[in-house]
Amino acid sequence: MVVGLTHYLVVAAILFTLGVAGIILNRKNIIIILMSVELILLSVNINLVAFSASLGDLTGQVFALFILTVAAAEAAIGLAILVTYFRNRGTIAVEDINSLKG
Amino acid sequence: MAVAFFYLFSAVLIASAFAVIVSRNPVHSVLYLILAFVNGAGLFLLAGAEFLAMILVVVYVGAVAVLFLFVVMMLDVDFAELRQGFTKYLPIGAAVGAVVLGELGLVALGWQSAPGAKEAAAAPIAAGVSNTAALGQLLYTKYFLFFQASALVLLTAMIGAIVLTLHHRPGVKRQKIEEQNARTRDNVIEIKKVPSRAGV
Repeated sequence: MVVGLTHYLVVAAILFTLGVAGIILNRKNIIIILMSVELILLSVNINLVAFSASLGDLTGQVFALFILTVAAAEAAIGLAILVTYFRNRGTIAVEDINSLKG
Repeated sequence: MAVAFFYLFSAVLIASAFAVIVSRNPVHSVLYLILAFVNGAGLFLLAGAEFLAMILVVVYVGAVAVLFLFVVMMLDVDFAELRQGFTKYLPIGAAVGAVVLGELGLVALGWQSAPGAKEAAAAPIAAGVSNTAALGQLLYTKYFLFFQASALVLLTAMIGAIVLTLHHRPGVKRQKIEEQNARTRDNVIEIKKVPSRAGV
């Protein structure tokens, strides 16, 4: 038995589902939400790398590299916003972030 | 052997991803996230993407996860309070998860490659070239502009993070070197004629 493309796709699908469920379950805790986003991006990367290996095309790995870049930037900006928000408001509850609502 | 390692990495990856979203303590969540990334790197290795596996360990485990850990430990937040809606959202979370998993499973299991997809590869993996070298040769030639654009994204993120978190506290006395250097004898020293017995 050999590890095929479908194996990777199923693992990535489960990981993506866990990420989406994590966003819904931890509606109040924005740190866990950011971690769930990282999980989703990891599952996308697994898909790209699996397709790259299966089709013999290196472009998928190049694209996964760009996704890693964007994910790192997103984490840095998100955590910076979080730190600033906590400094101003003393809480990180997502449901309190509705000051712009009319 | 590769199959056994694939199942090992996948099982630990999924279990730790589950632990990330359900654990009570965010510090534990971050540690499970690190475990998930390490096992994801193992999966990348099995798929033959050695460079990406090492990048995942260096960037995610070394930088992003530690950044998360730093922020979680720095913020003094009552995390038990933030967890209150967990059981309330459990049914809808499970429902959405089941729907997403069902749809993705349908796609993943019923998926078929188009005929001629292998021949249409934009950058075929050459034999005899290591993964890192091949990736570098592709990234620095064909995708060089995209490479530069991703560098710009990182630069923007760095400037944004610094601008967001840098703040000047009022009332802090700082050394102003240019003012010190601009002082001359003429505008600092003042000669007073003090009359006798009158005081200054």
